[in-house]
Amino acid sequence: MKIHIVDYDSGNLESIRNALTKVGCSHTTTNNPKELRKAKAVIFPGQGSFPSALKKLHQYDMVETIKSLVVQGIPFLGICLGLQLMFDSSDEGKMNGLGLFEGTVPKISNSVKVPQIGWNKVKINNSNIIFDNIPDNSYFYFLHSYYVNPKSKNNIIGFTDYGIEYCSAYSQNNYVGVQFHPEKSGQLGLKIFDNFINKFVV
Amino acid sequence: MLTKRIIPCLDVDKGKVVKGKSFVDLVEAGDPVDMAKKYYESGADEIVFLDITASVEKRETILDIVQKVSKHVFIPLTVGGGIQSVQDIKKLLNCGADKVSINTAGILNKNLISESTDYFGSQAIVGAIDAKKTQESWEIYSHGGRKSTGIDAIDWAKELELLGAGELLVTSIDQDGKTSGYDLDLLMEITNNVNIPIIASGGAGSPDHMVEAFLIGNADAVLAASIFHFEEYTIKNTKEYLKSKGINIRDE
Repeated sequence: MKIHIVDYDSGNLESIRNALTKVGCSHTTTNNPKELRKAKAVIFPGQGSFPSALKKLHQYDMVETIKSLVVQGIPFLGICLGLQLMFDSSDEGKMNGLGLFEGTVPKISNSVKVPQIGWNKVKINNSNIIFDNIPDNSYFYFLHSYYVNPKSKNNIIGFTDYGIEYCSAYSQNNYVGVQFHPEKSGQLGLKIFDNFINKFVV
Repeated sequence: MLTKRIIPCLDVDKGKVVKGKSFVDLVEAGDPVDMAKKYYESGADEIVFLDITASVEKRETILDIVQKVSKHVFIPLTVGGGIQSVQDIKKLLNCGADKVSINTAGILNKNLISESTDYFGSQAIVGAIDAKKTQESWEIYSHGGRKSTGIDAIDWAKELELLGAGELLVTSIDQDGKTSGYDLDLLMEITNNVNIPIIASGGAGSPDHMVEAFLIGNADAVLAASIFHFEEYTIKNTKEYLKSKGINIRDE
């Protein structure tokens, strides 16, 4: 089983490759939509800003490919911006996202420090196999200024408290997305990749 | 709730970890890859590497170190020292660094901060401030604390936030290596003036100094080197102590 990692010049892909290697999974990194269409499972990472990420996705002609993979039912793990981009629109740059899921991406309120940087707890909701063997309220590493506000609350699989309680993990059918960085969250983060590969994908 | 972070800092000179006092008098402390692994396993929340190698041609060694570390260490890695351009940042991030800290190059060219935050996102760019007390306030120094700039540290902190830096690494030159505590007034003044996270640096001699940096200085993270390198304290017992003082800490 080979995982395809989407490369659109967005951040630290080496960490994701290292994490997959560590849990014994083979992987390939691509910015070619034709190659991506062959994927049996996808990791969609993301750092940086929503507008520049969208611009890059368009530049590499990957928007339609990503949409069709999600719609076709290919197992898909979104990380950080790779979660936010799935929704209708973001406050960042006042732009539309890929629109696969209903909801918005507001900015974290100034009543707390922005960006949120560091380790925070995830309260598991509607137990999802991505969190198998991960205790409730475990710590994961966060690094973000915006968060997703999905319309369908039933698809929220994890909550985090930072100023307000917000959605830090989301799943809909074959898609699962996390706001935190599993590749930077120690052993429990590696467990997320392990669960994705060995439980979510198969 | 977001926890306070404990960050060991590895000053790297020509591939080896070193530690000095007030930016001079270096002694060797160990191998950076081994030390990073040890800190990861004992519960560090992040690791910072500061490349203090003087010669430009030897700078490739830090890339090699980051690449090796990132295969084994699954927590955030920040690299600082000698970063001059967007290209330098790209190389480091491609080797497995998550953030870079920018100091002198940002003072000489503010555009580097805004360009790099536009390109990589604020979360990847840490604004590093080396501050020295003056009669009224603090002044920032460039070139590893050697060169006076005449720029006020509080003004510069505000400017770095505006330019897009995601957090600030605030080092007190006066306290660095002295192990007598962080400059709490400096931390307080900066945390009162910006709304991005602050990493306190320079002066940690005991876990009590970290308690002060969090409770009095309002820091979000603390950086420490010698107290961990020379095994006076471990990350684990430091975290237990901070927790007993009511600080919100990640424990596993």
